[in-house]
Amino acid sequence: MNSNSYWRDNLRLIGICLIVWFTCSYGFGVLLVDELNRIQFAGFKLGFWFAQQGSIYVFLVLIFFYAHRMASIDKKHDVDED
Amino acid sequence: MDLQTLTYLVVGATFALYIAIAFKSKARSTGDFYVAGKNVHPIANGMATAADWMSAASFLSMAGLIAFLGYDGSVYLMGWTGGYVLLALLLAPYLRKFGKFTVPEFIGDRYYSQTARVVAVICLIVISFTYVAGQMRGVGIVFSRFLSIPIELGLIVGMAIVFLYAVLGGMKGITYTQVAQYCVLIFAYTLPAVFISFQVTGNPIPQLAFGSEVAPGVSLLEKLDQIVTDLGFAEYTSGTKSTIDVFFITLALMVGTAGLPHVLVRFFTVPKVRDARASAAWALLFIAVLYTTAPSVGALARLNLTTTIQRSPVGTENANMVYAERPEWFRTWEDTGLLRVNDLNNDGKVQYYNDTDPDFAPRAKAMGWKGNELTVDRDIIVLANPEIAGLPDWVIAFVAAGGIAAALSTAAGLLLVISAAVSHDLAKSVFARSLSDRAELRVGRISAGVAILLAGYLGYNPPGFVAQVVALAFGLAAASLFPAILLGIFSMRVNREGAIAGMLTGLLFTMGYIVYFKGIFIEPLAENIAANWLFGISPEGIGAVGMILNFTVSLIVSAATKKPPEGVRVMVQSIRVPRSN
Repeated sequence: MNSNSYWRDNLRLIGICLIVWFTCSYGFGVLLVDELNRIQFAGFKLGFWFAQQGSIYVFLVLIFFYAHRMASIDKKHDVDED
Repeated sequence: MDLQTLTYLVVGATFALYIAIAFKSKARSTGDFYVAGKNVHPIANGMATAADWMSAASFLSMAGLIAFLGYDGSVYLMGWTGGYVLLALLLAPYLRKFGKFTVPEFIGDRYYSQTARVVAVICLIVISFTYVAGQMRGVGIVFSRFLSIPIELGLIVGMAIVFLYAVLGGMKGITYTQVAQYCVLIFAYTLPAVFISFQVTGNPIPQLAFGSEVAPGVSLLEKLDQIVTDLGFAEYTSGTKSTIDVFFITLALMVGTAGLPHVLVRFFTVPKVRDARASAAWALLFIAVLYTTAPSVGALARLNLTTTIQRSPVGTENANMVYAERPEWFRTWEDTGLLRVNDLNNDGKVQYYNDTDPDFAPRAKAMGWKGNELTVDRDIIVLANPEIAGLPDWVIAFVAAGGIAAALSTAAGLLLVISAAVSHDLAKSVFARSLSDRAELRVGRISAGVAILLAGYLGYNPPGFVAQVVALAFGLAAASLFPAILLGIFSMRVNREGAIAGMLTGLLFTMGYIVYFKGIFIEPLAENIAANWLFGISPEGIGAVGMILNFTVSLIVSAATKKPPEGVRVMVQSIRVPRSN
């Protein structure tokens, strides 16, 4: 049944996105913030920049990426709404 | 024209706009009333979601909160945006495919249980009412501060406006007013930010000004770090909260965001599953405009305020502001009570420093300082910005209209999910299954009206705990609704018993922990300090632990009880794919 392979593709994509989501916010912005703060980035300490700016940009790109990729996965498995 | 007349004009014009939209988009069916006929363009829905989500607190208080918390303020920035990733990937598309009207309805259907549905309704009502009381309060405060009318009158005007478009137009009405409100609030927020950025750093884009130089070779943040640490405050870019606490607060706010019913229901209103995903992306884009500007405003304002008082390095001659020579905006805000000076050492100058820092105390003593003399209300950061930047009066009038737009749009969204829960999830499904569409619409309108009155009352007579329950609202959403919805989509095995046990565990644990330290209705049972907290996690972050408990209990109880009926399997299969063959 094609809905099973569709669901597997979806779960894989979700997994990848969530790894990036976690790494850039909880990773760079919280857990590794002191290490990254030793690096200067465009007038910011890098860890601080991730916590107050970078993570938000990453979230934004992630959702657009997911929406875009899912649209083609929908098509590939012939479950799109058109 | 004086400022007050101008403010009346601008605020009045925005109100006229909202009311005009309300009349144009009157709800004619329950479908219109609950989910705007499922006919909202994803970009419009994104904008409406952004206005729905950004409350009086985001607009008025967040930049100020960050200005005084520094790095610790990151929990709000990441927490209140990262939840949209969870929404877009894990919840929104499937709830849209489910295709009915409310969040409790999904939980009731997926877990084949009226009890589960009623538990979800209880969570929803507690979450939404705590939130809405704060919004109405915000409306009243903006009215009284900018239009000099009593808070009560401001509240009544605000209630009347929300009443008009929420009761008449339902979801359809609030969606299109929220689009207008987003435009008003984002304009009002970014304009002063652009001017202040330009004045301080020469770069007009706040997100870039944040990293710019304020003197040759010295960046804004370096200067800020140096100035505040000189006065005994914590370094701006480091903060004071423990790592585990920052982690759990961020998690609770993120997951809470994804579990808030008034945000979730917005994704029921778009035509297609694909639109639900796109809509979440647009929503975050519109939110990010404010959320990436706020930390920059916070840092710039902290620098402005500190250097207004402390004009040159600590200890140099004439370093402190002479009270009699304070700037004009300083006087204006003293009149409102948001800025207060108390000249403790009677030297006619103002000292602003951290008088609780033991390392700084000897220096302060040597200079004849007898304690911090300046008290600043955080809300001033956004409110006073246009005046500090010397912007024209019409900008200040827009900031007032923006604050009211932020509060009204969120209040309307919350009131609508409350009324939908009452008319659709309780009246129609529990008490009177034979209710006709028209009668249900009437019940919906009446309960929206009652909810507004109640919210207005709570806004006027805020129970002592309103400030403390923000943590409760997010914590409860994270610990109760989010896991139940997520498991309902991603697991076939989780059953009625598991979901109900999980929701109740999450709800009671989170509520219990918060009451234990913050004392809602009762006196706190323990002092709210890090040494007493479980694993060092503050009540603000405990919702994340409640969520983990909910997941664990749901999975264990489900494994020990019998599988859900075959119909549930079919339902889950169908919500997982956009178009079933």
